[in-house]
Amino acid sequence: MWTYITTGSGFWNPIWWLVSFIIVAVFVYNFFGKEVKAKYSPDKMKPFLSGWDEASKEAMQVKASNIYWGFTKAMSGYYRFLGVCHTGIINDYVVWFMAVMVLTFVAFIIA
Amino acid sequence: MFYDLHYITIVFLIALGIYAVMFQHNLIKIAIGIDILESGANLLLIVLGYRNGGVAPIFTMAPQGKTMVLPTPQALTLTAIVIGLATTALMLSLIVMLYRHYGTLDTREIRRLKG
Amino acid sequence: MSWTEHAPILIIAAPLLVSFAIPLLERIDYRVRNAAAVASLVFSIWMVLIVLHKIWVSGPVVYVFGAKSAFLPLPSGFKFPVRIMFEIDHMSAFMALSGSIAATVGVIYSWAFIREKEGGLGKYYSLFLLMSVGMLGMELTGDAFNFFVFLEIASIASFGLIAYRREDPASVEASFKYMIVSTIGAIFVLVAIGFLYGRYDALNMAYIAKHMKLGIVERVAFVLLVVSLAMKAGAVPMHMWVSDAYGRAPAAVTATLVSVSQASLYGLFRVMFSMFGVTMNNHFGGWMLIIFGLLSMFIGVTMAMVQKDIKRLMAYHAISQTGYMLLGVGVGLAVLDNPVALKSYGLAAMTGGIFHIMNHAMYKGLLFLTAGAIFYRLRTFNLNEMGGLARKMKYTTIYFIIGAAAIAGLPPFNGFASKLIIYESVYKFNPLLSVVAMVVSVLTLASFVKVFHSAFLGPEISKVKNVREVPRSMVIGMGVMAVICVLFGLFPGMVVKYLAGPAAASLVNHTAYISSVIGGGM
Repeated sequence: MWTYITTGSGFWNPIWWLVSFIIVAVFVYNFFGKEVKAKYSPDKMKPFLSGWDEASKEAMQVKASNIYWGFTKAMSGYYRFLGVCHTGIINDYVVWFMAVMVLTFVAFIIA
Repeated sequence: MFYDLHYITIVFLIALGIYAVMFQHNLIKIAIGIDILESGANLLLIVLGYRNGGVAPIFTMAPQGKTMVLPTPQALTLTAIVIGLATTALMLSLIVMLYRHYGTLDTREIRRLKG
Repeated sequence: MSWTEHAPILIIAAPLLVSFAIPLLERIDYRVRNAAAVASLVFSIWMVLIVLHKIWVSGPVVYVFGAKSAFLPLPSGFKFPVRIMFEIDHMSAFMALSGSIAATVGVIYSWAFIREKEGGLGKYYSLFLLMSVGMLGMELTGDAFNFFVFLEIASIASFGLIAYRREDPASVEASFKYMIVSTIGAIFVLVAIGFLYGRYDALNMAYIAKHMKLGIVERVAFVLLVVSLAMKAGAVPMHMWVSDAYGRAPAAVTATLVSVSQASLYGLFRVMFSMFGVTMNNHFGGWMLIIFGLLSMFIGVTMAMVQKDIKRLMAYHAISQTGYMLLGVGVGLAVLDNPVALKSYGLAAMTGGIFHIMNHAMYKGLLFLTAGAIFYRLRTFNLNEMGGLARKMKYTTIYFIIGAAAIAGLPPFNGFASKLIIYESVYKFNPLLSVVAMVVSVLTLASFVKVFHSAFLGPEISKVKNVREVPRSMVIGMGVMAVICVLFGLFPGMVVKYLAGPAAASLVNHTAYISSVIGGGM
């Protein structure tokens, strides 16, 4: 009774999950994991970089601001709206607070 | 109408305090606005304790046969005034430090944390 | 046996005494001061466990200050509760346990995190203990004005702590912005308590709950209380102070500030369930919490995905996880008047939301402490300037993996257990809510993969060449929270049966709350 929980429509037992994870992990590591590594040479990187030379490892890392650029570009309208809301001016913080209070009060009187 | 005058004053003070915090751009005016807001809340607490024709709620040598005003709101108001004092003191010292760092007291300029 | 009957007051008395004694202890040696701070909070945890045992054995504990009974019998025979009291039921004790563990870990971590030469450490520890006292007092009290006083103690102490690094302009700005919004919220709470006092002539929560009749004044008081307490807990759209304040406070303070916001969340639940729950239209109250929860979850996580500053990113995630708690408990509140639905999924949803509160304090505290460890060595918060830390800071990397897996809801950590309960029970109420919760979970995982890649994976950049692992006390502090994350993930049944389940049941059970003060009938 200590190790599993019953939600309204099912149950979850983490010990069984952990045991099966370890079994599958050991199996996968022994069966698929032991491959021979290919030798590294700079020519092998050229197709992935369109023929450019490889710069130092440090310059090649994708920085944090650029990681999800596809997601950010696709939702740029939404983020522009959020940028307008989050101005950073203290007066706007209080305006939002009072607006929510007035809206809640009106909704409470109606409902 | 006159016995509602205290409640009207309280609403006016609270509204004035909220207006000052929502629309004024000088940090000192925002601090003053919060001070007015606190005064409104303290006034509300005292007014709620009043009973018609009551005397001050002092236990020793109390006059017989007279109603007293309620003493509990007076204790609540004292606590709230002290809390307001601490908040105002801390707010003003933070404004001094902000002026030293940013060189301005305008809320539209002090926005290094945004987004 | 006789001194344990004073356990409820010792929970806050020990840190309060040590907080005021710290300037004297500091004269002896700084190690004595640090050890006293840690010892007082460990003593608090011990007292909370004693009180938990008492509640489990014999129902809610009522501790009256200064007398045996809360009542003052008038000559006419009418009894009236006038004294201040602590009323501790399962929910209060659960929140106190979570908060005191978070505060203890914060103080242990601060031992090495705030360097001695920064100065003013006596005031830091004093304010830290005062903030813990305020948080614990908020969670234990049974008197409305006492709640307001502890709320202000915790808030004012946290204003000072957030602005601790006075040379950094952004910290002072963050503390000032938090102060303005928090003071306005606290004044509204005072006005609401004043209204309720004017109508019922009493400040005792159980007494007000028993005699509550809804009129226009009570409706105004309800709206003021709920919106102000939701703002203090960090619900969208009043959430903007959270990212500023959590992002700029010292890391140990942020780990405890999460629990202080959760104490305001506890206050919100106490108002909605115990004080107003009997007479109010609970369907409306529940839907209000659900809407706050949905907005918080979604807007919190989408704002978090585009941040460059590691602590600001984690602060937006704190807002998003608060949305999960509001969602779970909101579903429970919305079906409170419907006994069939309540038994089938309402109680489970509330159990999930309440379990999530303690899980969140643990894994979010762990994540903020790892961000503090990165700052301790690199002196920067900007993710664009980090890389390759996994080669040098092994313990921090492992703790970050545990924290990130827990917050994203991956088995076998504790986040998965509480999120599973929320998904499955909220689905029966309205499937759309469950869909939003799962999407938000996926986006949470995405943003933590981003942080892990930028900070820990990748080649070793030049800045990282000379870093070593962080000092021992920081590793121990983070280790305590990581161990709790793993333990609660592997043994969730224990927490649900002994801590979260009874807490949900006690929130729903109005009669037990009222009758333990105003004994007997009605």
